[in-house]
Amino acid sequence: MLNKNIYLILIISLVFAISFWIGFNVNLLPAEASINAPIYDELFKILFIIGLIIFIGMTIAVIYSLFKFRKRNDQIGDGIALEGNLSLEIVWTIIPSIIVLLIGLYSYNIYDRMGGMKELNHNHEMMSSNTEKIWAGISQTSDNEMAINNLPIEVSAMQFAFLFNYPKGNFISGELHVPVDQKVSIKMESKDVIHAFWVPEFRIKQDIIPGQPTILNFTPTKVGKYPIICAELCGPYHGGMRASIIVEEESDYNEWFNKNKKSEVNL
Amino acid sequence: MTISIDPQKTNNESLQPKGWLRYFSFSLDHKVIGIQYLICGFLFYLIGGTLASAIRIELASPMSDFMPRDVYNQVLTLHGTIMIFLWIVPVVNGAFGNYLVPFYVGARDMAFPRLNAVAFWLIPPSGLMLVASYFVEGAAQAGWTAYPPLSITTPQSGQIIWILSVLLLGGSSIFGGINFIATIIKLRRPGLKLMQLPMYCWAMLGTSLLVVLSTPVLAGTLILLSFDIIANTGFFNPVLGGNVVVYQHLFWFYSHPAVYIMVLPAFGLVSEILPVHSRKPLFGYTTMVFSIMGIVVLGLVVWAHHMFTSGTPPWMRLFFTIATAFIAVPTGIKFFNWVATLWGGKISINSAILFSCGFIINFVFGGITGVALAQVPFDIHVHDTYFVVAHFHYIVYGGTVFIIFSSIYHWFPKVTGKLLNEKLGILHFIITFIGFNLCFAPQHWLGLNGMPRRVAEYDPQFQFVNQISSLGALLMAISTIPFLINVFLSARNGKDAGDNPWNALTPEWLTSSPPPVENWEGEAPLVEEPYGYGKEIPEQN
Repeated sequence: MLNKNIYLILIISLVFAISFWIGFNVNLLPAEASINAPIYDELFKILFIIGLIIFIGMTIAVIYSLFKFRKRNDQIGDGIALEGNLSLEIVWTIIPSIIVLLIGLYSYNIYDRMGGMKELNHNHEMMSSNTEKIWAGISQTSDNEMAINNLPIEVSAMQFAFLFNYPKGNFISGELHVPVDQKVSIKMESKDVIHAFWVPEFRIKQDIIPGQPTILNFTPTKVGKYPIICAELCGPYHGGMRASIIVEEESDYNEWFNKNKKSEVNL
Repeated sequence: MTISIDPQKTNNESLQPKGWLRYFSFSLDHKVIGIQYLICGFLFYLIGGTLASAIRIELASPMSDFMPRDVYNQVLTLHGTIMIFLWIVPVVNGAFGNYLVPFYVGARDMAFPRLNAVAFWLIPPSGLMLVASYFVEGAAQAGWTAYPPLSITTPQSGQIIWILSVLLLGGSSIFGGINFIATIIKLRRPGLKLMQLPMYCWAMLGTSLLVVLSTPVLAGTLILLSFDIIANTGFFNPVLGGNVVVYQHLFWFYSHPAVYIMVLPAFGLVSEILPVHSRKPLFGYTTMVFSIMGIVVLGLVVWAHHMFTSGTPPWMRLFFTIATAFIAVPTGIKFFNWVATLWGGKISINSAILFSCGFIINFVFGGITGVALAQVPFDIHVHDTYFVVAHFHYIVYGGTVFIIFSSIYHWFPKVTGKLLNEKLGILHFIITFIGFNLCFAPQHWLGLNGMPRRVAEYDPQFQFVNQISSLGALLMAISTIPFLINVFLSARNGKDAGDNPWNALTPEWLTSSPPPVENWEGEAPLVEEPYGYGKEIPEQN
């Protein structure tokens, strides 16, 4: 009996060890290029490890049962008439409940750190005179709260392109240029069907809905060019509906902005 | 309601064709209707599978080069709709439900045999209509979710035929649901208590409640959508002041429970198969019943987890996260109970048990990614990507379809009196299991790294992994060959099974195989312990 328990403990620790090793050493995610990304990857790692423990554990239990309890040729009759075990069943009700609850609280915390629970009100009021209700996207917090006023960008999506309007400079661009390490706020609306704004390296996504503006705030942390992908089926060329987001040093961004800026602002 | 109980009055029996012809007739026999559902469903599975192959051929290369882009969208729409509404839902509910539930409650037929036949006969015309819509102006191309405004702006005839077809299938499903509830509640043999019913009855009761509560919402929604398309109303059309997100709420109010309509019956079926082949009672009967009902209740209040990126308020996201994640608890209980059923048994290693164990492994994987997807911050990155595609195929294919095959191996002797060939069966399992995992496991990575779903083209960096996935799809296609050969050969020349080849204790085996029209020659037996294995040494013959 003691022997059996030792094996059990050994196997369980092995499952944990393998799961932790895989969780920490196998990277399934793309590059991290926004404040959101490392927070997301932290959640992913935890969920990945817990998932691996459960999956490997259950798979071993099933395969072991098939081998150990397979019916040999000389055997007749049935297995033991075990109809249940209340304490065992209580254990495997309570433990998963606790795990699920903890995961829920933890992901709430992650979501809060991403800024998902924040009220979205600010700075877009000046862009639209009518008091429209704006639906929440993610409102990411940033140390650099001031920066946001420079960068309200309006995104309009249509079959099958994104257009980026910079109201401060009175110009429209086909590429989204943003300065690195500054909070960017985009207000999105669709001209026809539902689209979505997804930047995998930023770990953010928000649907772009006709007749209902949505907001997305994010802070890029790494200079580079990343794809903006439409993630909502929008028609035959949905797969080709792409744009680029170009994250630049502030000076480069300002240069680009000033080059494109139209001086005469006629509102 | 006594009509069907009294064998003397079995509806104009003499007018019913005999032999294989009865499968092409408006039969009122629940067993015939069950088989009609199964074969009809399997034919549509072959069509849906052909469409899936077309998708995987297109995705074997990064460019959109195999078919025109709009045809690709029609193919993925038809694939989803056919697999859900014409294969999985009719088969796990209609086919096995009709065949087994009357046996399990000790009745000679369903409560409403005519309604039952009508429910089945709605399926072939609506399925054919759906497929034929391709030849009109092109089939629907807005995905099986048919989100407006896309579904309003694409060619109308395809979308309207799609709506009509889904409405008919939904009607069929509701007729079936009402019939199952009535049969299980009212047609039980005297003396048979609810808590003595085989687990599949409980699963069907829970499923039918979901069908009856949620399918009418889908029907209403689709009728409003059809008004938007043909009569220019503005329910969901933003140009006319409609709200597209309202459609999503209404759609998912049905379509999330639809997932449980597809998996709960499979949970019931596996609960019948595992005890028989491991010669042990079903572990934790009472907790199983409560977890089914728990899943039913929770399943109705989680729909908005499909809409985390649609612009839902934060409190709503939080509520739906917690509710969704908690479904893992009753579901987890069931999986632990099944493993505990295997534990300490005398397991016959055969095709039925292998497919059931494959189901457990695949479904646990799909369940884990499901709990992850329930977390709002996790979902925001992978929503509408191949990660989601992989997740739900692990649930509906790795889960439910594996159980459909397991059930066919288990109940084939009941229906035909012949055993299926085990060697071909195990070959079928191995190819299916490898092919399935090869096809869908890599898709998790694709989604995480930036490949959205429903695309005909993708970045060249994803080509290799997509080709692995397509190879897996090829294996899945090949796996149907040994299965079909097995079914045809065994039905003709299979080994004689006897009445009860598995020495099972559930009531459908306590009669001849194939069973007589009235199910039992005499009185229906009272089975108080459908899982009483190990209590007495059964007769070996």
